[in-house]
Amino acid sequence: MAEENEFEPVIVGFFCNWCTATAADLAGTLRMQYPPNVRPIRTMCSGSVDPVYVLRALLGGADGVIVGGCPPGDCHYVNGNYKARRRMAILKTILDTLGLENNRVWIRWISAAEGAKFARTMNEITKSLKKLGPNPISKDWSI
Amino acid sequence: MERYAFISTGNQGALGAVRQFLASLLEKKLVDALLVPLELPTGDNVVPTIVSRPEQIQAANPLAPVMPVNAARLVSRITMISPSPDRLGVVLRPCELRALVELVKLKQASLDKLLLIGVDCFGTYSVNDYEKSAREGSSPTEDLLGRAQGGKEAPMLRKACQICEYPVPMGADLTIGLIGVDLGRGILLVGGTPEGEKVMQELGLEEAKSEERQSAISKLIEERTGKKEALLKQTREEVSGLDKMMATLATCINCHNCKTACPLCYCKECFFDSPVFEFEAEKYLGWAKRKGALRMPNDTLLFHLTRLNHMVVSCVGCGLCTEACPNDIPVSDIFRLVGEQVQKMFDYVPGRSLDEELPLTTFKEEELPDIGM
Repeated sequence: MAEENEFEPVIVGFFCNWCTATAADLAGTLRMQYPPNVRPIRTMCSGSVDPVYVLRALLGGADGVIVGGCPPGDCHYVNGNYKARRRMAILKTILDTLGLENNRVWIRWISAAEGAKFARTMNEITKSLKKLGPNPISKDWSI
Repeated sequence: MERYAFISTGNQGALGAVRQFLASLLEKKLVDALLVPLELPTGDNVVPTIVSRPEQIQAANPLAPVMPVNAARLVSRITMISPSPDRLGVVLRPCELRALVELVKLKQASLDKLLLIGVDCFGTYSVNDYEKSAREGSSPTEDLLGRAQGGKEAPMLRKACQICEYPVPMGADLTIGLIGVDLGRGILLVGGTPEGEKVMQELGLEEAKSEERQSAISKLIEERTGKKEALLKQTREEVSGLDKMMATLATCINCHNCKTACPLCYCKECFFDSPVFEFEAEKYLGWAKRKGALRMPNDTLLFHLTRLNHMVVSCVGCGLCTEACPNDIPVSDIFRLVGEQVQKMFDYVPGRSLDEELPLTTFKEEELPDIGM
């Protein structure tokens, strides 16, 4: 049931070219339906995502950020996703320690053939953020 | 197994013994130069100085409770382009030595031909407090050493020092031992590596024992750890959540002085000072339009969160960031609070050992199973 003025979260996605972006394409060719809330950004590797990009999106007003990469062991560049895993873990610990909502930052391993998982994940994050509500930072001009 | 020796000058106490020891290193050519804090000839400050002549050591005072800059940055500056050609002894506090080890891992300094001389640390005052105290006539050095020996509180100690659980240098060739030592008599010299023990032999120092040292150290660490836990708990309450965080950063003016003072922030051009952060007018006005307003200079919270992400893994808690802040923001408290949590994830102690890789430059294939699932 569509409510008027229902909150539509703005989600920024950093998807690795070889796995997650390909999965996104696959979801498209399979005509899978998923909410349009994600703004996808294709990066060559999840390991090339500097945490500052994630923070920039979050502090800029995105309600959630998701980083998608190849599953551990299958990185196209051998070990980029291992580095991404550490960086995102550190980012989430920092946000958590400072009481800034770290459940708005997601990281998921979605490989190229997992179009269905991609669609499912987009669904999952949209639902979760709808429940969480808008990011309080998005209205805060003093940050 | 550490080797101990007492160095005593009879009536000149700890400082006299330290000066005698350092001068003998130069006299016997065991080092060609020493980087050591020296009392300035005019004015009340003690600054790291490269000393090449033994006579100058009479002004040396590594026991003075003041640390205007983290000497690790200075060792990095000296050895970055090329390693030291001569034998250079560097006299460092525990946090300075730890920061130096981290900088070596970051390829910003070289330990070649360096003799690492650590000094036990009872803590330091801010530069202004030190100057004021010295102007008022008493010797801050003797005052602090006296309090430390007598188990008395030292209220002027910087917060970062009050909560530091590393009063003893880690990995030094030689350590000037003060904890658990009768400072009226002299100091305890500790040889921590084969290199250090060789120097002790060449100095002809008689081997000694110290039963009190270990227990005095454990006691001090226990006190400091207790204070740390209390302070960090308080800090967490004071900055937790966006509102409280922004209240803490209300006076932040984005001067980036905390980054400049930090020994670990070594980037020649910080991301935030680079063209990446030079925006056209449309960008600023666009942001202001979207949110209704835009604090200028912008990206205050982003700067601190990014600096945390980039370097908190190596934060040694020296506290110079807070000292550098023109508006007294407790940057060091925030970085220690977060640093502890992040370092705990990898069981990492910055500067503990050259063999431990920086957590951000390495990984394990099996780890952090909750991330990504």
